[in-house]
Amino acid sequence: MNSTPIVRLENVGKQYGKVVSLKGVTLEIGSNEIVGLIGDNGAGKSTLIKVLTGVEQPTSGTIYVRGQKIDAASYSVKEAHKLRIETVYQDSSLGEKQPLWRNFFVGRPITNRFGFIDVKAEKKIAEHIMRSTIGFRGAGIDVDTPVSRLSGGERQGVAIGRAMHFDSDLIVLDEPTVALALKEVSKVLDFIRSIKAGGRSCIYIEHNIHHVHEVCDRLVVLDRGEVALDTPASALSYNELTEFLMSLHRQRIAPVAH
Amino acid sequence: MSQAPPSRDNPIAGFFKIEGTAIALVLALLILVFMLTAPRAFMGFRVYMSFMATVPPPMLIALGLTLVVVAGEMDLSFPSVVAMASYVFCMLYQDHDQTWLALIAALATGTAMGWVNGLVITKLGIPSLIATLAMLFLWGGLVTVVSNGASLAIPDIKGDLIHQVFAGRIGVFPVQFVWAIAIAVLIWLILNRHRFGENLLFIGDSIKVAKVVGISIDREKIKLFTLMGTLSALAGVFLTLETTTYFSNAGMGYLLIVVAAVFIGGTSIFGGSGKVAGTVFGSLIVAIIEAGLVASGVQGFWTRFFIGLVFIISVTMNAVLEDPDKVPLLRELRSRARK
Repeated sequence: MNSTPIVRLENVGKQYGKVVSLKGVTLEIGSNEIVGLIGDNGAGKSTLIKVLTGVEQPTSGTIYVRGQKIDAASYSVKEAHKLRIETVYQDSSLGEKQPLWRNFFVGRPITNRFGFIDVKAEKKIAEHIMRSTIGFRGAGIDVDTPVSRLSGGERQGVAIGRAMHFDSDLIVLDEPTVALALKEVSKVLDFIRSIKAGGRSCIYIEHNIHHVHEVCDRLVVLDRGEVALDTPASALSYNELTEFLMSLHRQRIAPVAH
Repeated sequence: MSQAPPSRDNPIAGFFKIEGTAIALVLALLILVFMLTAPRAFMGFRVYMSFMATVPPPMLIALGLTLVVVAGEMDLSFPSVVAMASYVFCMLYQDHDQTWLALIAALATGTAMGWVNGLVITKLGIPSLIATLAMLFLWGGLVTVVSNGASLAIPDIKGDLIHQVFAGRIGVFPVQFVWAIAIAVLIWLILNRHRFGENLLFIGDSIKVAKVVGISIDREKIKLFTLMGTLSALAGVFLTLETTTYFSNAGMGYLLIVVAAVFIGGTSIFGGSGKVAGTVFGSLIVAIIEAGLVASGVQGFWTRFFIGLVFIISVTMNAVLEDPDKVPLLRELRSRARK
């Protein structure tokens, strides 16, 4: 890392009752890099993201944002937004029945001092994000369209466009290509490249190793709550990566007669 | 996304896109029918003046309940809040000669009750339908205890300024209807133009989404039930000023009609969308069905049957308009037709 990392996790652990989701995870995300986060179901990917973005508090360890230690007790989604960290969840970032313009600004609308929303201004900016930042040309889609009418790829585009509008330094994408058609996937991968082109960083969580290897600068593999691998993507070929993941898998099922 | 987007140029579709137009048409139709079946009552203006005097209290509650339903919640405790506010107002007027202070005290009582409802729902985690059903009994029991089960009558208040302001007549026009419409406009602005309303829309749409976009769900819900308490109390004061009495069952009669008014008005039972204009017309429809059936010579016992029927039909129709696949019967028929 040539500068202060955007985020640094030190020995972060998270327990739900007796279930240990994360144990002693240490991880850094530098500026302007795309980090792929890989791991099986239950490896702790979602928990790691929730802790990182303030949705849940860690049970142990410390989080630093741009070198500043974060007070875990008061760290929340709002706090993370203020620190310019933004998350795009696979299917829970947008309100289905709500129009696009509301989805761009929900949680931090443009209001006057009485809390009334400036609908005109919000629609104008939403229109701009759609046309230029994420390049929507879809027929029949405008800022008043409810999210339920958008395709899966378009939804990811809206969520990523929103994150970029609010000038986030770090955008976390939680399995953005799950259940998408091939054409839609390539759109999403383009969105991810535009994050890097815009000088920001991204954590990209994905099942499909092929996509990860294609767009990421660095790869982090989580296994049973621990970091099993942290390497530049260029140091490992696609086949080597697959082989490594298979070896983790073999270890896991070894005790069970299969 | 197989559904074709509705055409923009169709003027009829455009007309029905304006909030509340479909339900206003239903209201006009009902009035027309009753003009034929009960011309003596429905051709004169008196029956409409009487609606405008009696509809405001349930309409105010229905407006509050619209916001509650938008957030995917329910409140059944309002009849007891109405009764408590009515008691506080009557008692302070009768025993302490207060008018404006009685109004403020009644509103404060209802607000506090709503706040407690909100705490029970968010901090004890009891689903609001059950929690507020329990609170209906709890508050109802409390108001019967503090009032000793007795009724109060305050006919003298008719000469006071407060009666003129909230239940007087402009010529023959009941002034409370003006208040109800003004509050309806305010609630519309809150739901559609205020950040509080937007938060409620997203909470009702999906709790998960609301959480990840950073909405403080518990705080907004407590605010919501507190506002519901204030509006129920205001309805209690309007009712008391119109009837100049308090009795411990005041408000109980509103339970069915208020819930019916909200859903007839087109607010989604699934949360995440609400129609304030629809609620205004829904409140009027419920009142007109009650009066119209009786005036048409249908036995009084049937009115509840018909309100129940209209209730079921309109909820189903609104669900179909939202998404035909949300009605299992239709879904089955459609899938059979495709084969």
